[in-house]
Amino acid sequence: MVWINAIVQGVLLGGLYALFAAGLSLMFGVMRFINIAHGDFIVTAAYLMVALVTGLAVHPAVAVVLVLIALTTAGYVNQRILLNRVLGKDILPPILVTFGMSIIIQNALLEIFSADSQRLPAGWLETGSIVLSDAVAIGWLPLLMFAAAVAVIGGLQLVFYKTPLGRMLRATSDDPEIVPLMGGNNAHIFAIATALASLVVGVAGIFLAMKTNFDPSAGPARLLFAFEAVIIGGLGSLWGTLVGGIVLGVAQTLGAQIDAGVQILAGHLVFLALLVVRPRGLFPKM
Amino acid sequence: MTKHTLSRRGFMKATGATGLLAASGIASPAIAKTKKLKIGFVTPQTGPLAIFAEPDQFTLNQFAKKIGDGLMINGSKHEIEFIVKDSQSNSNRASSVAQELILGEEVDVICATSTPDTTNPVADQAELNGVPCLTNDTPWQPHFFGRQGDPAKGFQYTYHFFWGLEDIIGSFVNMWDKVDTNKVVGALWPNDPDGNGWAHPELGFPPVMTQRGYKLVDPGRYQNMSDDFSAQISAFKQAGVEIVTGVVIPPDFTTFWTQAAQQGFHPKVVNAAKATEFPQAVGALGDRADGLSVEVWWSPHHPFSSGFTGQTSAELAADYEAQTGNPWTMPLGFKHSLFEVIFDSLQRSEDPTDPDSIAAAIKATNYNSVVGNINFAGGPVPNIAKTPLVGGQWRLENGKPVLDIVENGAHPDIPLTGEMKAIG
Repeated sequence: MVWINAIVQGVLLGGLYALFAAGLSLMFGVMRFINIAHGDFIVTAAYLMVALVTGLAVHPAVAVVLVLIALTTAGYVNQRILLNRVLGKDILPPILVTFGMSIIIQNALLEIFSADSQRLPAGWLETGSIVLSDAVAIGWLPLLMFAAAVAVIGGLQLVFYKTPLGRMLRATSDDPEIVPLMGGNNAHIFAIATALASLVVGVAGIFLAMKTNFDPSAGPARLLFAFEAVIIGGLGSLWGTLVGGIVLGVAQTLGAQIDAGVQILAGHLVFLALLVVRPRGLFPKM
Repeated sequence: MTKHTLSRRGFMKATGATGLLAASGIASPAIAKTKKLKIGFVTPQTGPLAIFAEPDQFTLNQFAKKIGDGLMINGSKHEIEFIVKDSQSNSNRASSVAQELILGEEVDVICATSTPDTTNPVADQAELNGVPCLTNDTPWQPHFFGRQGDPAKGFQYTYHFFWGLEDIIGSFVNMWDKVDTNKVVGALWPNDPDGNGWAHPELGFPPVMTQRGYKLVDPGRYQNMSDDFSAQISAFKQAGVEIVTGVVIPPDFTTFWTQAAQQGFHPKVVNAAKATEFPQAVGALGDRADGLSVEVWWSPHHPFSSGFTGQTSAELAADYEAQTGNPWTMPLGFKHSLFEVIFDSLQRSEDPTDPDSIAAAIKATNYNSVVGNINFAGGPVPNIAKTPLVGGQWRLENGKPVLDIVENGAHPDIPLTGEMKAIG
């Protein structure tokens, strides 16, 4: 039963990783753009949420909407006025610019919110669970996070494959040089892709705020697992990212059953093994 | 903050400047005005350790105000200048700013606080360059042995005061004794210098636990920033653990403690060093913080007073809360005591401009500070003085966390303010 619980918790943990990775996967899929500041954007969203709910006493439901609107807008504007300028054949400039942004964001958060660790109190949701047996219990919050990951990825999939916007996004992803010839505006489409990714970042940030304490420097630690989930799943594949997250999560919880010291290592080993067997990931789109 | 890289130009400037200074020293005769004393302070103002640095500004202002236009040493007045450098919570950075302070600013004394990442590199630089150095807020073993200290020889210029691993083991086990349990203890020891030290089969918790009749359930050294503790929780549940002890960073502890509730694991005693040392982090746990226990290095209840300002521990904490609006934290007392001991040493030194004379004065310290008596003659190894450690338990009062002293076995002079209770 302990092993069953380990797998269940691993799958739920995978939802968390996938949620953190979805934005990264989307930006890479459309723009071949690696955002080093991804984790810091998530932490920023978490701070916004805490500031609105505990600082300004905004109703949580309203705060969620405000955070998502703020992040989406910021994502669009950021891409339009800054990141579009560094996009090009060379992948190095965007990495350097987002690396710089990561440092700026961390220090700005430290100035504004101080180094105290913060958390959004979620009441019964934090500790409540569905008890299936003595050894197996599913927490409401991890379950909700997993559901959110599935919903976010399902939603993005829908936008990508069923809407005119998605057609433009896929076209830009396939050949950014031809799209302008057909009347498309690359700058605008890239900005929309970043806006969508930022929306997902907002969702991840809200869950991070509820899941555990965070402080201004908490971002980069989240980035590594997000990258691994994207790579395991296959570049550009959104469902792949979810699967990648689950593979990583289950590997970690099963590893931890052997020895707590193996937990993180097991995830990395599975990642490495997959790179050897399938260098392009499980479901590569490109 | 300027970034310190050793470029050709920077090197020329630094060496040129010292050359110039040496030359002017030879050229000019002794002047009537006494030398200004420079005190360098390395502290993690930014980065993951930044919470330790919160009382810095308050403490420095307090001392600067009290000193005013100068400190009287051997009948002459010396102007005092503090030069503060940010370690960014990074040991390499701490080392390079210590170099800047020593070689660039030519400080007379250098000091540092908060974890081995700050105190060790700064003390190493000071020892290397022959500058007197005082540090605290790192358990003494990782500081002394972490710097390859030899108990037979010690160091010449670097002194440190804090408690050690033996104190925290004693205090935690005393706390367990106060609660009626089945004596099965689950360990949350990460794979970092602290976790490995605590888990050490000879010097850590295990031998003391066996001796005092406790059974250890140790699922292994986990990595910091883990997002899942279900394996540990399953292992603890299976073994019937009623006491959990660990040295856990705040985000990991929150993950563990919420997951424990989700998985229906309800221990009676939970010691969480690191994670519950700060009221800000405890506050983030909400109702779940009630009953968690932790080691206490300093509190407003400690019966010690500052020899410099005359404030009692309670008055210092109240002054801090009134001026900053933040709750008192344990590092406050230690920041205060650090400068207390430095100024006491400077005032006792024969020549406050001579490094060897200052180092000799620090070595001879026997001073009653706000964290207790500091005496380097009575330490477990040379250059180390020990400060008292007791055990505390968090309780919620109107939703705000309050720390009660519940264990004082080794230091009965520190009064108890509450009784150790089982959680729940």
